[in-house]
Amino acid sequence: MTEALLNIEGLTKAYPGVVANDDVSFRIAPGEVHALLGENGAGKSTLVKMIYGLVRPDSGRMQFGGAPYDPPTPHAARAMGVAMVFQHFSLFEALNVAENVALGMENPPPQRQLARRIREVSETYGLPLDPERLVGDLSAGERQRVEIIRCLLQDPKLLIMDEPTSVLTPQEVDILFETLRKLQAEGTSILYISHKLEEIKTLCDHATILRLGKVVGECNPRQESARSMAEMMVGTALHTPTRGEKAPGEVVLDLAALSVASANPFGTSLRSIHLEVRSGEILGIGGVAGNGQDELLAALSGETPAPAEAVKFCGQEIGHLGPNARRRLGLLAAPEERLGHAAAPDMSLTENALLTGAIREELVSGGFLKWPRAQGFAERIIAAFDVRTPGPGNAARSLSGGNLQKFVIGREILQRPACLVVNQPTWGVDASAAAAIRQALLDLAAEGAAVIVISQDLDELMEISDRFAALNEGRLSAPRPAKGLTVDEIGLMMGGAHDMEVAHVA
Amino acid sequence: MIRLEKRPNPSRAVGMMTPVLAVLLTMVAGGILFAALGKNPFVAIKTIFYDPILGEFAFYYRGQLLVKGGPLILIAIGLSLGFRAGIWNIGAEGQYIIGAICGAGVGLAFYPADFWFIFPLMVMAGAAGGFLWAMIPAILKTRFNTNEILVSLLLVYVAEQLLASMSLGLLRNPDGAGFPGSRNLRQYEAAANNELIAGTGMHWGVAAAFVAVILAYILLNRHMLGFQIRLTGESPRAARFGGVKPNLLVVFCLGTSGALAGLAGLFEVAGPAGQISIDFNVGYGFTAIIVAFLGRLHPAGILLAGLLMALTYIGGEAAQATLGLPAAAIQAFQGMLLFFLLAVDVLTNYRIRWAKLETA
Repeated sequence: MTEALLNIEGLTKAYPGVVANDDVSFRIAPGEVHALLGENGAGKSTLVKMIYGLVRPDSGRMQFGGAPYDPPTPHAARAMGVAMVFQHFSLFEALNVAENVALGMENPPPQRQLARRIREVSETYGLPLDPERLVGDLSAGERQRVEIIRCLLQDPKLLIMDEPTSVLTPQEVDILFETLRKLQAEGTSILYISHKLEEIKTLCDHATILRLGKVVGECNPRQESARSMAEMMVGTALHTPTRGEKAPGEVVLDLAALSVASANPFGTSLRSIHLEVRSGEILGIGGVAGNGQDELLAALSGETPAPAEAVKFCGQEIGHLGPNARRRLGLLAAPEERLGHAAAPDMSLTENALLTGAIREELVSGGFLKWPRAQGFAERIIAAFDVRTPGPGNAARSLSGGNLQKFVIGREILQRPACLVVNQPTWGVDASAAAAIRQALLDLAAEGAAVIVISQDLDELMEISDRFAALNEGRLSAPRPAKGLTVDEIGLMMGGAHDMEVAHVA
Repeated sequence: MIRLEKRPNPSRAVGMMTPVLAVLLTMVAGGILFAALGKNPFVAIKTIFYDPILGEFAFYYRGQLLVKGGPLILIAIGLSLGFRAGIWNIGAEGQYIIGAICGAGVGLAFYPADFWFIFPLMVMAGAAGGFLWAMIPAILKTRFNTNEILVSLLLVYVAEQLLASMSLGLLRNPDGAGFPGSRNLRQYEAAANNELIAGTGMHWGVAAAFVAVILAYILLNRHMLGFQIRLTGESPRAARFGGVKPNLLVVFCLGTSGALAGLAGLFEVAGPAGQISIDFNVGYGFTAIIVAFLGRLHPAGILLAGLLMALTYIGGEAAQATLGLPAAAIQAFQGMLLFFLLAVDVLTNYRIRWAKLETA
């Protein structure tokens, strides 16, 4: 084996109550695209934070280019040639691209010179980007390019990318991969974090798999199947959701030209959305984050009022009704943000069961609360959805993300909705819990409910939806049967590559 | 280095302990303050906390405990509802004044008639006055999204001007030889809020305070509206998702706290104070904010905190009289209590870790 660029031996990092990384060792060769695979909570983030100097390891050693490497700060890591593109961007919307890039540099050159450098780099690597544009006007994919170019200007030897494709359309993913391959050809190593196995199969030379903070395997992704890698990640055989074939029934929810202005100045307004969902059917709604997903959920849950006739539920005009009136009719929702939206973090699970269950589960009579019934309802959710918690008296924030998500979805499903709208039902949830949630949604539809799943996970949508539509800048594409849709077609429904189809690597 | 670490669950035990710890810390810091003023800190603390209850002249002070504690508790209970929901009524002092003016005005309008319904009518007028005064910030907030903290606070000064104008004009005692101030309601039997049990200080306002404590407890723990108030305070977005109408809550919380403050003003003017005068208000409305927090916004806690705060008032007056402590020192002492309470409050949700420095 050639001399490794980065050599990690026995890295260990413990936080109170949890060992995030336990004796982790692996090496990255120069010019290698190395995947770091693992479920949420497997310790991927902690590991890269140690490499990038954000967190100090408790024990273990790192070598970079043959020399001992122990960066006390990200600044030191960058000086050594390690760059990182984070999953969440740190950009100022009110500044232009060049100004944002300059803010991330140690000694920024004058603006005009910098703008020229940005153009050079963006042309060399096939990442078209105008340095004069305001970041606030850019799509998520273009914002990511700003972050990548900011890294590339430092001539990194190792580029760390954390879940880079979660905000991209399939076409944008292709552009990104070409860039990464070009970097690789020039000898830059890439540490690529993802749980999207198909991507890793196409892009990566080598994969290290983490589970519960430990390295549980290494493999060449090209020689493995997505399923075999998933099972290494989870440690058990995966359960694939199943469903029976059934003809859809009556129209339950009918949106006619629903337009809602966003309350948030950086939000996306909904523009003339048409859709019908029938009982027994799952409608999947895809789209890149920030294209109106939150607004659509709020308009359906009743948090944002709409014109009465724009939302029809079983023939009744309900656009003007609030959340509780809609719950009474049988239209339930589960928002994306678990803590602070779907659940109150500091309140107990019993109180959180009451939050949406008060009406349909009859937890209130004459305005007075029936605590024993509310606790019983919370206990039923915990039992039916395998929520891991000592009991319903615990605060919502004490649950892990996946467990709280099971609680939130379970709370709505157990109320037997006629129509359920969920946004990102398995976001941040481990694979086995995600499979359980998807199965529960399929079962709910099989029992005759209409289900709308809004998600950014295309694999998930293809797995469970009967029909598929995409949100793009607040508009919804016409729904199409999910069976037989190609990735290209889906990508075009999601808005393509935002006018970047012509981009080619020079 | 000291590090704060978030607790997975808020600690109930620490939550109960923090007020006690805050009182102890206040005694220490207050003692240092008194020592710096050249007084013996131990004597000063004893004069404030011990003498009014068990000292030589305690028979006089004990009644004062309920007289001072009653309005504080009544106002603080109302404020605590809004504070729980993140609706900040800082103007209880103004609502208290307006309640007193309205209540006294109704009573004086009947003078010298003697009907049984005069006092109940005054009670209603007092509550209505406070309610309506609180509706000004409430409606401005729901209509124009103004800040209720500023509006309610500034309305206190408007109310004070109204009070002065009433004592000098409309409500001035016609038989008062031109002195400012209204007739003394205690000398007008049909309108007087007299002691219910002689020597205890127990009057209708104190009874109302106790009833308010019980009702607030039931509201917060057993009723949907109380749940919605707590939910809004914990997490406004989750509350909207849960079907809470934020504007309705603003009106309810400001209205209730205004009505209770108005009641407190009425009971005060018809009882202990006796008359509308320029210096009728003595800051109960502001001190009640401290009481509400000292009682951890919990009805039972507010009951105890109200009595404790009344004690510092009475003891503070005693210390002024016997030790010559300046009034400002007593106010600083009360301020310290709130400061320490908020400081140690952090411990409910965080625990202190003594850890080595970690380079971030």
